[in-house]
Amino acid sequence: MTPRIFAYVTHKAGVVDDSAAELLAAIKQIDAAAAPTAIVTGWGAELDSACSSLCASYAEIWKISNEALAYPNAELIRKALVKVLPPGAILLLAHEHFGIDLAPGLSIKLNAAFVPDVLSIGAREGMRLRVVRQEFGGQISANVECDISSGVVLTVRPGAFKPPVIPPANGKVVDKSGEVGALTSGRRYLQTVVAESGDVDITKHTILVSVGRGIQEKDNLPIAEDLADALGAAVSCSRPVVDAKWLEKSRQVGSSGKTVKPKVYLACGISGAFQHLAGLKGSPFIIAINKNPKAPIFQVADIGIVDDILEFLPELTSKVRELRSKAA
Amino acid sequence: MEILVCVKRVLDTSENEIELNREGTGIELDEAVYSINEPDNYAVEEALQIVARLGGKVTVATVGGEDDEEILRREMAMGAQQGVLLSDAAFSGSDAKGIATILKGCVQKGAYDLILTGVQAEDGGAQVGGMLAAMLDYPFASLVNSIEVLPSRKLKISREIEGGNREISEIELPCVLSIQTGINEPRYVGMRGIRAVASLPVPTYGATELQIDPGSVGKLAAKVQRLDYFVPTLGKGAEMLGGSREANVERVTELIAAKGGLR
Repeated sequence: MTPRIFAYVTHKAGVVDDSAAELLAAIKQIDAAAAPTAIVTGWGAELDSACSSLCASYAEIWKISNEALAYPNAELIRKALVKVLPPGAILLLAHEHFGIDLAPGLSIKLNAAFVPDVLSIGAREGMRLRVVRQEFGGQISANVECDISSGVVLTVRPGAFKPPVIPPANGKVVDKSGEVGALTSGRRYLQTVVAESGDVDITKHTILVSVGRGIQEKDNLPIAEDLADALGAAVSCSRPVVDAKWLEKSRQVGSSGKTVKPKVYLACGISGAFQHLAGLKGSPFIIAINKNPKAPIFQVADIGIVDDILEFLPELTSKVRELRSKAA
Repeated sequence: MEILVCVKRVLDTSENEIELNREGTGIELDEAVYSINEPDNYAVEEALQIVARLGGKVTVATVGGEDDEEILRREMAMGAQQGVLLSDAAFSGSDAKGIATILKGCVQKGAYDLILTGVQAEDGGAQVGGMLAAMLDYPFASLVNSIEVLPSRKLKISREIEGGNREISEIELPCVLSIQTGINEPRYVGMRGIRAVASLPVPTYGATELQIDPGSVGKLAAKVQRLDYFVPTLGKGAEMLGGSREANVERVTELIAAKGGLR
């Protein structure tokens, strides 16, 4: 018998997150015949609209309505889920800031196994489930086996599972709010502060010269700025460059930075962690230059060059300037 | 403020290429270079800055063997007053829940107001901090990118959420926080600093001292186990340009122009 499978689905102002379909795809890998249940928490009309939009794809939708859950505080939602989930349940969530906040502690309270950031799901043999995850920023993958006899919580990497074409599910909404009761937590949400827009809007550029750890130090940034200047492009970056305070947060491409849609993306000394790639939309033409031939960026780029950007970029800049002056 | 920071020693990705071993089952460890998990430095730096403002003590702890002591000393050279090595044959092969169980023993042996971890281990998955908090019934927050200490045993924190937005919350002490990279600028540690702490005692605690049931940790208790490793192949892979630098520069310029980039 397959344990009952659930997906915790997030929503914003009543609009269900794209991950709802990806979680469904992941569930179909565990059990193609599963009739999964979506769990949605929140309050008011927004919750109702999220629930009804899931009826098209999920067989059952458990609605947990509670004023305390009007903002998705993972500490409160964990307590609600512990009350409603049956023993041995398989629960999937998206591996983003909310899933990272909720899932590890939830697995402890459910006494379930936990595997974070799952990329693919293999065969289930009885109470053993095989999944694939990555380590060292995507440089290597691991086959992981988990014992699901007392349930399992999996967080699923966004974008790793292609949403399936699904027959309409005609799902029904089941109100579980009554099982939850009062919710309190030692962590209280106050407000959300929206990121500052910064001096340059990298989301508006058709070419980005994007630098990563390979730029090595702040004093080397003019190498990228010169190239951007020659190309009429903007300089963007990956997380380590912002962490080191070499560029403003508004220049960061990725899930915790900006989502960009350039035509050409020059990934210079960027390893290509999935959080970074999550910020690249619209299938740009990616040219990757990196010293490490095993950098994951080469798996997704269109053109790859194994070279030191500190030497390669200045030569590229002169070449571009030469062409421009000929054209002028 | 008494602060415990949980740290980990990992393969240093700036010094090693992460490759499969000859058997194709694990990571090649011959001549491997290890270092502190980089995100953990941000957690230690944050703890040091809080203690510098408010007084108290920073303790760093890790689960492992003798070789792991070096990272405790590195963080002590940053300024942590105490290092604790959690080591026992029974701990070997623990999964994340096992590690959290061991750390829980360490927390309960002390009297900490605040427990910090790095956002994620290079070879992990951002899991131990949240597990530890749930085991202790302490509040938890992940991806924390600022901490302000309030009166009445509370913190005002922000979490980094999508698009670089910040989710602001109040959280009661004692609590567990996972610290996002970029929250501060971890101080530099030189060889001199490490030599200065070389003779400080670093106690080792095993299952008995930590009052841990050996059956609740280690390989036998682990519900999650790595079977083997393989080299990932996402996507179709790039067309690799193998020419001279000059030829590559020429080609890239042509490609940028062809994609409409040089108008």
